[in-house]
Amino acid sequence: MSARTAQLKRDFAGWLWVSPWVIGFLAFLFGPMLVSLYYSFTDYPLLEPPIWTGLDNYRRMLSDETFRAVLWRTAKFAFIFIPLATIISLSIAGLLNGKVKAGGFFQAAVFIPTLVPMAGSAMIWLWMLNGEYGLINMSISRAFGWAGLTGANWLSDSKWAMPSIVMISLWSVGQMVIVYLAALKEVPDEMLEAAALDGMGPIRRFLSVVLPLISPVILFNVVTLMIGALQIFAIPYILSAATPGGDPRSMYFYTMYMYDNGFRYGQMGYASAQAWVQLLITLGLTAMLFIASKRLVHYRA
Amino acid sequence: MIRGERGIVSRVLVYGTLILITIAFLMPLVWMVATSFKTQSEASRATFSLLPDDPTQILKNARDNYTAVWNDPVVRFPVYLRNTLIIAGLSVVGMTLSSAIVAYGFARLEWRGKKALFALVLATMMIPFPVVMGPMFLLFSWIGWIGSLKPLWVPAFFAGAFNVFMLRQFFMGIPKDLDEAARIDGCGNWGIFWRIILPLSKPALAVVALFHFVFVWNDFLAPLIFLRNQDQFTLALGLQLYQSKAGQTPWNHLMAASTLVIAPVLVLFLLMQGALVKSVATTGIKG
Repeated sequence: MSARTAQLKRDFAGWLWVSPWVIGFLAFLFGPMLVSLYYSFTDYPLLEPPIWTGLDNYRRMLSDETFRAVLWRTAKFAFIFIPLATIISLSIAGLLNGKVKAGGFFQAAVFIPTLVPMAGSAMIWLWMLNGEYGLINMSISRAFGWAGLTGANWLSDSKWAMPSIVMISLWSVGQMVIVYLAALKEVPDEMLEAAALDGMGPIRRFLSVVLPLISPVILFNVVTLMIGALQIFAIPYILSAATPGGDPRSMYFYTMYMYDNGFRYGQMGYASAQAWVQLLITLGLTAMLFIASKRLVHYRA
Repeated sequence: MIRGERGIVSRVLVYGTLILITIAFLMPLVWMVATSFKTQSEASRATFSLLPDDPTQILKNARDNYTAVWNDPVVRFPVYLRNTLIIAGLSVVGMTLSSAIVAYGFARLEWRGKKALFALVLATMMIPFPVVMGPMFLLFSWIGWIGSLKPLWVPAFFAGAFNVFMLRQFFMGIPKDLDEAARIDGCGNWGIFWRIILPLSKPALAVVALFHFVFVWNDFLAPLIFLRNQDQFTLALGLQLYQSKAGQTPWNHLMAASTLVIAPVLVLFLLMQGALVKSVATTGIKG
């Protein structure tokens, strides 16, 4: 057997082993992406064949008030949620990183909510945040009733809808706590001791020793959070449907509008254009995060 | 942060904060279960009590509420449970096996195009599902799968990027000497994969299976799009249907239904806690 045939045989074996992924990629990802790119340039009411309309769908987004509102609301959610989630999960991880007894119990406690299905999470918080009998409002009026605080209509008051969605999302930061804790455990004790001998206080030590060392993990988590935040769907979808008295617009996010366009209003072309804008925003922001963090993120050799 | 530096005061502060955090994270779940053990009038009344007014009634209340949910004539949880188990069972088998096969190709074989293709696998993790959901729905309705459970489990047999990545990392840690020895004994790739790599990777495979089970159990958007009639609903969809069905669903019943949907995943987690927490940590670091 010549070297050439041997090489071809190896190539064939390699591609054969990975073929399940390649086929799935073409059938369920790349193919649908190309198709949706095509639809995005058409008017496609589903029951009739698509009609080429060029850039009309993209132009329509510019003047569509609802589109601008959902885009802005989704961006606002990401801007509030990502920093809060990062600070909270890093702080909890920091607390657990010390010499803590029963650390496994505390880790399990923060991790468990991440396993709760979105639908279940929505039901639980629908109950917790209920204006009349919800545990949150009961606790507020019990603790701060003397100051005249009695809580809010969290879900039906458009002012409180965003904070509620952020809070519910923060309930499942547990996965990141575990990841940050593992990263903190990798920070060598000697480096912290040396920094302490140099007279650094705990805050300086955290900022100039710990933070640079765990920066790759922070970047990874922020990117993951961002991709997820831009897609937020199930929680607001269920909660706004379950809050008849509320302003449905206050919990209307990007993917919900896209879903409505594609599957309820029979505007698959417009929905596809929105899908592509979502993809480009996601990729653009990811690239920006990587470029912006080049100087800040420190990779150990 | 340096050991021994902490005094009693700071230790009290640390534990106090941790206990408050634990309460904040677990209270919603505790409150859900507690509500499911109350009567309807007890549940819709502003009271802090975790127990019903008459604690001896707790078992009776639980039986009443859970059977009411389970036997609801319109929203049929037994059917949704069966559907969810069918989808989850097939998906978990398909996802674990296909991802392991693909991961073997990336971890153990040398072929042209491997590096580029692996980069592509990693890149696909960034693509949001909503981008492809429209065309996928049309594809599935074109081949006649809408109206069946197939759209939710067949794609699992074509491997998942994250699982391929995780298993590849794990396989690369298995010494290559074992492969060589098996090759001398006459094993081909399939023999090495089946007799050496898979048995040595049981913990990693279990984690992939568990993650995927939880993912399928929890998924909301894909079933919402691909399942058209109520007989095919999953538990996640059924729970939403139960909440939104005509007339006000009593809180104690809604919380019993939520508990039914949530409990299986939590029990599974508690059984496999060690392996899971460890793997989340390592994949995060390596990512």
